[in-house]
Amino acid sequence: MKYKSQKVAYWFFALSMLLLVLQIVYGFIMGFAHMGFDGLHSIIPFNTARAVHINLLVVWLLSGFMGAAYYIIPEEAEIELVNVKLAYIQLITLALVGVTAIVGFHFNIWEGRKFLEIPRQLDWLVVVNVLTFLGIILTTLFKGKKRTTTSLVLTMGLVFAALLYLPGMIWFDNQTMDSFFRWWVVHLWVEGVWELIMGGILAFLLIKITGVDREVIEKWLYVIVGLTFISGILGTGHHYYYIGVGKVWLIVGGIFSALEPLAFLGMALFAIAMYRKGEKKHPNKIALNWTLGTAIVSFVGAGLLGLAHTLPQVNMYTHGTLVTAMHGHLAFWGAYGMIVLAFISYAMPNLTGRKLYDSNRGILAFWLSNIGMLGMTVAFGVAGVAQVYLERKVGIEFGEVQKEIQVHFFILVICATLFTTGISLFIYEFIKYGRPSDEALIVAADTNTTN
Amino acid sequence: MLSKSQARVFFLGGTIVTFAIFLGLSWNSLSREVPKRTHEKNLTAQVIRGKVLWEKNNCMGCHTILGEGAYYAPELTKVFERRGEGYMNAVLTSKIPWQPRGRKMVAYGFSTTDAADLIAFFKWIGEIDLNGFPPKPEFKK
Repeated sequence: MKYKSQKVAYWFFALSMLLLVLQIVYGFIMGFAHMGFDGLHSIIPFNTARAVHINLLVVWLLSGFMGAAYYIIPEEAEIELVNVKLAYIQLITLALVGVTAIVGFHFNIWEGRKFLEIPRQLDWLVVVNVLTFLGIILTTLFKGKKRTTTSLVLTMGLVFAALLYLPGMIWFDNQTMDSFFRWWVVHLWVEGVWELIMGGILAFLLIKITGVDREVIEKWLYVIVGLTFISGILGTGHHYYYIGVGKVWLIVGGIFSALEPLAFLGMALFAIAMYRKGEKKHPNKIALNWTLGTAIVSFVGAGLLGLAHTLPQVNMYTHGTLVTAMHGHLAFWGAYGMIVLAFISYAMPNLTGRKLYDSNRGILAFWLSNIGMLGMTVAFGVAGVAQVYLERKVGIEFGEVQKEIQVHFFILVICATLFTTGISLFIYEFIKYGRPSDEALIVAADTNTTN
Repeated sequence: MLSKSQARVFFLGGTIVTFAIFLGLSWNSLSREVPKRTHEKNLTAQVIRGKVLWEKNNCMGCHTILGEGAYYAPELTKVFERRGEGYMNAVLTSKIPWQPRGRKMVAYGFSTTDAADLIAFFKWIGEIDLNGFPPKPEFKK
């Protein structure tokens, strides 16, 4: 690392890892419940486990994004973060708000709207927290010596993500309106501005790892985020097919969401092309694996599996079934989980000064978690397709169908165990790196070759 | 060959144009279609109380409604039509977990007024024009 204040990123990553572990635990509770083992029902009913599982996902990813931003922005702007103490306060309050929300979910304190379960009072604390974060990032960028495209795209993603949280805080009497604006948050986050964040982080990693000229990488970054917004904004329509708005969304949503994979395809081709073009052989193979991996798996999970059920004719049957869980798992993992892990893999040696990047354990972590998640996706897919046919085509009752597909959750849990083993190895490596140290500071002159 | 500034124009231009179209379409849907398709005139205080209860208890954490939510328990968009008032009242007011085929629901033990509010909410939901969702099973005798 080049700036002392970048060290704060480490603690965001540590929080991120901790929440990821908890997310997995609650995932297992749900997997077992689907198999019929619901012994925890009286303490942690399914809706609690579910709310915890998806909210932890959002918070660990955001914590990872924030850590990445605190690492990237000083380096890109060539200046220390303006207020490190405030960044630590922001970290602690983020953790407190997150934990409070999750404890509340166990006591029926929530707002039952998928992904936005955090109760309204806590929403305001989230807003204050995110504004603090953005304040630090924007002031640093403003005072900095340089404003690179990479840092601007990343910051733009973060600012829009904050703005888009607001439509989810409005109360509507009408369920259709409620759902309509809920997607302004959820869809425009994950299929819009979060891709800007992902693109910014990916561009930074590619610049560092492949050594390809910044101008080339940033030009393609614009093209990719352009494709993302052109397809993704109107692609919101695929959530509006069957919620009580007009037929125009069947056409608009169908066409534009069918184009959404293009952005992810662009991202995958871009990462591979830059890797092949790059002459520099960066020694951090683990970070390289995760970087190329995120570009490819996001294309498969978010792009292709999204396309698989995005057309209205298909979605009529798959809407609200386990097919959605199939797409959701690989999409979030490939696009956002893996980019955070890619960044952590890249940043840890630089933050701690320990170069553990050719360990077999790290490589094994990459493959086990990916194979495990792919297996889970297949299990969800098989269960989902069977559910669609039995329930929606044949007309067998919901509960009967669930009994039929229980066996697939057994496979799901086995694959999830594989996934968890991979993540455990990743976290073992994370802990082994130790704390960030000022001794890892690199004098500006030789950064181009070693960092 | 594409230059960086052209790429930037593509990004900003594309974003602004599609976002403007999106806002226009949204405005049209929300102001003209939603009131009619959702029968907003039937959105009584009781239905709204039902929606509050629906959210307060995170029913969406297990069930889906309008196809949205979790996949642990049945889709409830047409539940009023499918089960009728009596059955729904029994489930909602039950003090022990309702468990069809072994899968447990939280025993909310709602009062009969709360249950009536939720039933009114489901009745209203069931009447929304959803472009044909949920589909009618094709092979059912």
